[in-house]
Amino acid sequence: MSATATAAWKNVRQEPSWLVRLFDWKPLLVFLCLLPAVGLLLVFLTYPLGLGIWLAFTDTMIGRGGSWVGLENFEYLAEDPVFWNAVFYSVFYTAVATVGKFALGLWLALLLNQHLPFKSLIRAIVLLPWITPTVLSAIAFWWIYDPQFSIVSYIVVDVLGLRTTYFDFLGSAWPARYSLIAANIWRGIPFVAICLLAGLQTISPSLYEAALLDGATAWQRFTQITVPLLMPILAIVMTFSIIFTFTDFQLVYAITRGGPVNSTHLMATLAFQRGIPGGQLAEGAAIAVAMIPFLVFATLFTYFGMARRKWQQGEGND
Amino acid sequence: MHVITRREALTLAGAALAASAAARQAAAQIPAAEASLNLPVESGATLRILRPARFVEPDEVLFRENTARFQQQTGVQVRVDFVGWEDIRAQTAVTANTGSGPDVVLGWAEDPHIFVDKLVELTDVAEYLGKRYGGWKFLGEKFGKRNGTNNWIGIPFGGTSGPVVYRESAVREAGYSGIPTEHDKFLDLCRKLRAANKPAGFTLGNAVGDGNGYANWLVWSHGGFLVDEAGKVAINSKQTVEALKYAAELQKTFPPGTLSWSDVSNNRAYAANECFLTQNGVSLYFALKNDPATAAIAADTNHAPMPAGLVGSAPQSALTINAMLFRHSRFPNAAKAYLAFMMEREQYDPWLQKCLGYWAHPLNAYDRSAVWNSDPKLAVFKDSMNNRFWNGWKGPINQAAAAATAEYVMVQMCAAVASGQQTPEAAAREADRRARRYYRGT
Repeated sequence: MSATATAAWKNVRQEPSWLVRLFDWKPLLVFLCLLPAVGLLLVFLTYPLGLGIWLAFTDTMIGRGGSWVGLENFEYLAEDPVFWNAVFYSVFYTAVATVGKFALGLWLALLLNQHLPFKSLIRAIVLLPWITPTVLSAIAFWWIYDPQFSIVSYIVVDVLGLRTTYFDFLGSAWPARYSLIAANIWRGIPFVAICLLAGLQTISPSLYEAALLDGATAWQRFTQITVPLLMPILAIVMTFSIIFTFTDFQLVYAITRGGPVNSTHLMATLAFQRGIPGGQLAEGAAIAVAMIPFLVFATLFTYFGMARRKWQQGEGND
Repeated sequence: MHVITRREALTLAGAALAASAAARQAAAQIPAAEASLNLPVESGATLRILRPARFVEPDEVLFRENTARFQQQTGVQVRVDFVGWEDIRAQTAVTANTGSGPDVVLGWAEDPHIFVDKLVELTDVAEYLGKRYGGWKFLGEKFGKRNGTNNWIGIPFGGTSGPVVYRESAVREAGYSGIPTEHDKFLDLCRKLRAANKPAGFTLGNAVGDGNGYANWLVWSHGGFLVDEAGKVAINSKQTVEALKYAAELQKTFPPGTLSWSDVSNNRAYAANECFLTQNGVSLYFALKNDPATAAIAADTNHAPMPAGLVGSAPQSALTINAMLFRHSRFPNAAKAYLAFMMEREQYDPWLQKCLGYWAHPLNAYDRSAVWNSDPKLAVFKDSMNNRFWNGWKGPINQAAAAATAEYVMVQMCAAVASGQQTPEAAAREADRRARRYYRGT
């Protein structure tokens, strides 16, 4: 009885059907699992990007299809002072704001890394500027910079009596440019600070203890331990920060709309202004496409400049 | 978004009858001639309407009430969507390009001219309305008819102009009994206001309404224009340079910061006693009047046309909403009937009254509307649609004119000189270069 049962049991096993075998085939599974992500990227990223690049070489306007005009849009932009002003201000805005954000953000991260009372609460509060919707903080800054109702002017002129006239933050080119950069720095500090704080906490305290025993000063500990070990995360955060800053839109559009006289247009705001309200869709697309080389350059610069150092692979610095 | 169901429509209409009974009775005094419009409404018709968001609350309330009355009387289901002012042109463009979406769009003045190939001609409706209500005003005809023809492509619903808004006491203090129409006297008035520490202030920031209104006035009142009748760019002229020199002089009398003023900044400064003469639509006056805290300012406020300068009539245009009917509509007769219905005195006059004249009428008979007698300070708005100017004057109304306006070509030319960044000659050349870009195809 048991012998026949064993034999029967052995015979029960069947070849799996072709469908089962197909779904057990790894390459197919990989393909199927990737499909949703690839589909989303193709539909919502590749297609719009491709369309944008295509539009840049046509003369499309809102409400009217266009035909291929080659480099005509770029030729016009090349001799358009408004465009070059936007390029200049985009680079200037990104450079100054990034330096400001990282200097103050790193400082803040170092402070937060100390043992403070209510440490978690303070860390949460620090994030506030970053989690406030950009447009809301932009409107707050718009009031702060208002020529007639600025709180800063009120304190300096009416309370302290240090000046006799109100500040005209946004009425002329350079003050308006710096005012916007200050607002961007205020918004960006928390992101940098919290990311760098995460990096700081991965540095083993034993390194600092060893340095202390060797008699290193605080400055030496900072430059020899903190900075090198923070460099990988610094590179990533800086790449992101540069991309976010260079493509900033809301702050400028909500506060100045590119004024006075186009002096605070970023490439992103100018692209929108020309493309949508101005109706020159192709020209707007051309300005947006012109941002790509800058972004690629910035990304490569931080990547090769900071992230590929040999110490990351555990070797000495070169 | 709001879909009006039949039941809601009935309750709405009931409420409307009670609430605006007075306004509807007053409509009877609008003279109407005999005219007929024979449009058999398709059976089972439904309509979708798109229009800009309200500026004053009764705008939306009355518009919905009137729509509900149409629905009640014809059985046509109508849905009205309100979208933000800055989004409506983009949505109109999508509607035009895809051939689907709303049947009727109430866009801006230029929009029917931009999308003309996709529209149903509205000559029958417009001629009916013109005959019945004493003819169209100048801008009504200008914005309604296809350029250079007698074919109507739009039905202008109303427009708002931006006259001088000023404090009577301040102007009296400066030694004037009203707003002078000559440039030199107006400059003198502004200088004296400045000396009295009650300055005038005009926007030269990137402000769609007020910025363009002021910059256009500067150029037009000096006899300059963006393009000639044929659409050839003509901004780089002696007159423009004169206008820019004048702008620089006037700028010195303003409070600091007007170069960054937006559409609301002058309202705020005026309400806070920081500015005593500016240019604005009727909204500023009504905001002041309806707020007890500023009622005293409203009592001291009056309106006057912008100084005519060298051109004779007030160099102003009117921000106009202009209805267009798309070819993709399956129920064109219902849509035409709807447009005509909304312009009839039983509907239009209550809307005009409750909007406080914000969208001033394009049809002559509504001169008799009770709204214009309700407050003598509104009188200046009555002829908003009779202004002789439009964005892109003297040229055709087209995409290029709309683009040059949206790109602030005129505003930035004036601002560049007023801020001292450019000489008048250089600014006029730069404006010429930019305008040529938009007018290149026309």
